[in-house]
Amino acid sequence: MKKTIISAFVAVSTLITTVGMSFGDLLVPVMTYRVGPFAANGTQNANGFVDYLTMLNERDGGINGVKIKVEECETGYKAEKGVECYESYRGKNPLVHTPNSTGITLQILAKAPEDKTPILTMGYGLSAAAKGETFPWAFNYPTSYFSQMTSILKYIDSQTGLKDQKIGFIFLESGYGREPIPVLEQLAPKFGFEYFLLPVAGKDAQNQSSHWLTVRKEKPDWMIMWGWGVMNPTAVKAAIKSRYPLDRFVGNWWSAGDVDLGPIGEAGKGYKGATFNATGTDFPAVQDVIKYVVSKGITKTGSEGPGTVLYNRALWNAALIAEAIKTAQDITGKKEITGEDMRIGLENFVLDEARLKELGFAGMVAPIVGSCKDHEGAGAAFIQQWDGSKWVKITDAIDPMKDIAQEMLTKAAAQYASNNAGWTTQTCK
Amino acid sequence: MDLLTGIFITPFAEMIGLPDLFFQALWDGFVSGTLYGLIALGFVLIFKASGVFNFAQPILVVLAALALISFYKMGVPAWISVVLVLIMFYGLAWLIERLILRKLVNTDGNILFMSTVALSFIIIGAAQWIFGGRPSSMIHKELGIPTGSFEWPMFGGGVYFDLLDISAAVVAVILIVCLGLFFSRTKIGRGLRAVADDHQAALSVGISLNQIWVIVWFVAGVVALVTGIFWGARSDVSFALQIIGFKALPVLIIGGFTSVPGAIVGGLMIGIGEKIFEIYWGPLLGSGVEGWFAYFIALGFLLFKPQGLFGDKIIERV
Repeated sequence: MKKTIISAFVAVSTLITTVGMSFGDLLVPVMTYRVGPFAANGTQNANGFVDYLTMLNERDGGINGVKIKVEECETGYKAEKGVECYESYRGKNPLVHTPNSTGITLQILAKAPEDKTPILTMGYGLSAAAKGETFPWAFNYPTSYFSQMTSILKYIDSQTGLKDQKIGFIFLESGYGREPIPVLEQLAPKFGFEYFLLPVAGKDAQNQSSHWLTVRKEKPDWMIMWGWGVMNPTAVKAAIKSRYPLDRFVGNWWSAGDVDLGPIGEAGKGYKGATFNATGTDFPAVQDVIKYVVSKGITKTGSEGPGTVLYNRALWNAALIAEAIKTAQDITGKKEITGEDMRIGLENFVLDEARLKELGFAGMVAPIVGSCKDHEGAGAAFIQQWDGSKWVKITDAIDPMKDIAQEMLTKAAAQYASNNAGWTTQTCK
Repeated sequence: MDLLTGIFITPFAEMIGLPDLFFQALWDGFVSGTLYGLIALGFVLIFKASGVFNFAQPILVVLAALALISFYKMGVPAWISVVLVLIMFYGLAWLIERLILRKLVNTDGNILFMSTVALSFIIIGAAQWIFGGRPSSMIHKELGIPTGSFEWPMFGGGVYFDLLDISAAVVAVILIVCLGLFFSRTKIGRGLRAVADDHQAALSVGISLNQIWVIVWFVAGVVALVTGIFWGARSDVSFALQIIGFKALPVLIIGGFTSVPGAIVGGLMIGIGEKIFEIYWGPLLGSGVEGWFAYFIALGFLLFKPQGLFGDKIIERV
């Protein structure tokens, strides 16, 4: 009798679990890091992402009537934890993975084709994933690190010219930080500038005085930073301390958030950073998140979150996923889609000016259209500057050096495929 | 040939060519070294009293700094917040003695060490739960610690001095002198030294081991608070700060695990050495040498002078 009851219990539990896996909500897991040295930035990322999808549930009842189930998995920005998170969703029909870390992306990239679940690494991850024919399951809309570095170099060129300039590149010693170095290697002889590298180990993120003594010795004309977490404010403080002119110091889009410069305030005036999204709460999408989520208190974010660089970027990340889900539903005619369907959605969404206006993102981000070949999109970035209390946009969108970036991306993608025997590719029309 | 020039000629030519940069490196190294020494001091105190490497010392630095900021954010005046943190640390020292040390007295050193590892992770978990994971700004201005900087013109250039760094060095020196006097001139201090020499003998002459442990853990907490304030003021206070805490390990190996002056001398050697090496010889090795330089020096000491510069030479009779 006892055995029968246990067997029945197990059978019912299995049935419930299986049903839960296959039907019902649209499962969108997100890897977050609310703890650890990168928590300040990670928390903003997580809040914006979750809040936008929660807003869609609250305002629209989900997407096409199907609720979105957004689940966080804490990684602490550690690759091994990210892999654990990834594995924990196997068999549960996750629509897309959002690793929020280049290191984690590199670990799970090869698993995506096998599990038929796409990976979206918005503005991070492996740059080569921009080449859709080589990476059918990975996307890095709306731009890659290769493209971003060329945009920053174009900005420097517009200010002082690149020829005979000396550029210091300070970066987090990781897959993420090293990603754009090939661009410097290739473009230095072409444009006649020289550069030197300053790797900052994660454990030295808050102890950079040696690095900035080296900067003082080398006397670079420009400094570019690929930092994250506590490394960013520490670097800016160290630059101030060593009297480095902040208007010659440009961070990438992960090194130019409100959380990075807010505590520094007036002293950080002049520091610049790349970005691909505007700040502020005037956009209808942000207003809806405030109305349906933040003011109702169904969020982990405080009122200081909406409108900031990283929070708005995370809203955009979630919105792109939501649009891809909708596109997949429309194309397949199914309301409850799979990871395979989602991949189709990610290659076919259309976020033109009209659609951005409809979604409440007009003016905050550039239009972008999904593509089979191009998993990167427009690739443009603009430069913003810290005015002592907030970020101010100081340039229009700067297109990347497309010919150079595309050539390097193609080469890097081919290299990746040749290093991974049996790599799954696709042919695009 | 280029390599030899890079090792033996270029660095010295750069030192002579840019003397202001050289002095800046010495000063920055001195400040970093003083702060490394402060962290190491916390380790030394507990090692002297219980013969255990306190793995939890770095997280105590983070805990002290976060608690201080939290009390202040709750509306408590800055200096009252300091007092509250000290009271909190006395309570923590008492709890650690009651719940861990008392139960493990006379057990193997490795067991005591592992208990501090466990303690470290418990504190990390509890602190993240209480304070959250976001970095916070230190309240050094509210504590009246001067900020700003001035330039000292030198050899056509200049050396920049931060008032915060000067304050850190001054406070560190005062703290070390006070601790030195405390341990050499007071009854408790002499008790500590007796306990450090021989637990059994100390007990037999009526010294309360439990009381000494509470006091030592409390003093290590005081050192952690001072360290947290100054390191936190230089960057932000986050859990990553504990990683810097482990820089104290090579400092201890160089200075000796049981020596207060050794912690300071070791700290200065590492602080100044890593700056000079990184700037002048780092480019030869692709930069980023600061991360391993301290451990490289420590390995040399382990091979040739394992008790460190000032540590007690351990002689065991067979």
